Amino acid sequence: MATVLHKEFIIERDDYDNAGNASSRIKQTLAQLGVPSPILRRIAVAAYEAEINMIIHAWGGKITVDVDDTGKIRIEFRDPGPGIPDLSKALTPGWSTASPKARELGFGAGMGLPNIKRVSDDFDIKSSPEGTTLTLGFNAL
Amino acid sequence: MKVSELVEKTGWVRKTGGDNEITGVYCGDLLSWVMGRGEPGQVWITVQIHRNIVAVASLREFSCIVIADGAEIPAEILEKAEEENIPVLAADKPVFDLAKQMVALGF
Repeated sequence: MATVLHKEFIIERDDYDNAGNASSRIKQTLAQLGVPSPILRRIAVAAYEAEINMIIHAWGGKITVDVDDTGKIRIEFRDPGPGIPDLSKALTPGWSTASPKARELGFGAGMGLPNIKRVSDDFDIKSSPEGTTLTLGFNAL
Repeated sequence: MKVSELVEKTGWVRKTGGDNEITGVYCGDLLSWVMGRGEPGQVWITVQIHRNIVAVASLREFSCIVIADGAEIPAEILEKAEEENIPVLAADKPVFDLAKQMVALGF
């Protein structure tokens, strides 16, 4: 199993203006690799939601994308904190801790993690006050 | 139907270029909700005027964004939309009335 793509994107905290840029670049890059549109659309939803979470909830973070030659796409979203106090609540549709500012801008529907879980083939999340790591898998073949 | 025909038939004001095929309609202002429920090719009718709507429309592959209720569209949205080739249309009526116009057009 060999890596055919490895890319990293740095996400800044509270950078609402650029929210979605990393997700757009991930989608474009994977499209160039020949990942089929229906899978790209699922990846776009998941990447966007996770990127937004890093901006509005976490203190920024790093997105790492890896694709291997079996067509497995792995995307890791790692942030430095403050962590999610109650993961089961965070996974409940409609539950949100978004700030008034975030809500004013149309974020904070409480659909982020539920959307991500629904569209990804593999979903793993670990969280502590030291940070949250969300790892998603998609099968491109 | 394409966006150019929609503009012709509704009189909504075109603010940015692009001429995608329309497959349906989605109305909503909460971005995650729109991201999770929208479908490619839909016309997205909203009163949300934050620059991030362009990223949502692009990632979700909407055919165009229609800003309802005469909400003033910031220049940065239009610049970003031109870059991403997302048509943005402006309309004076509320979301409900715009949705009825889409129904009258067969959607």
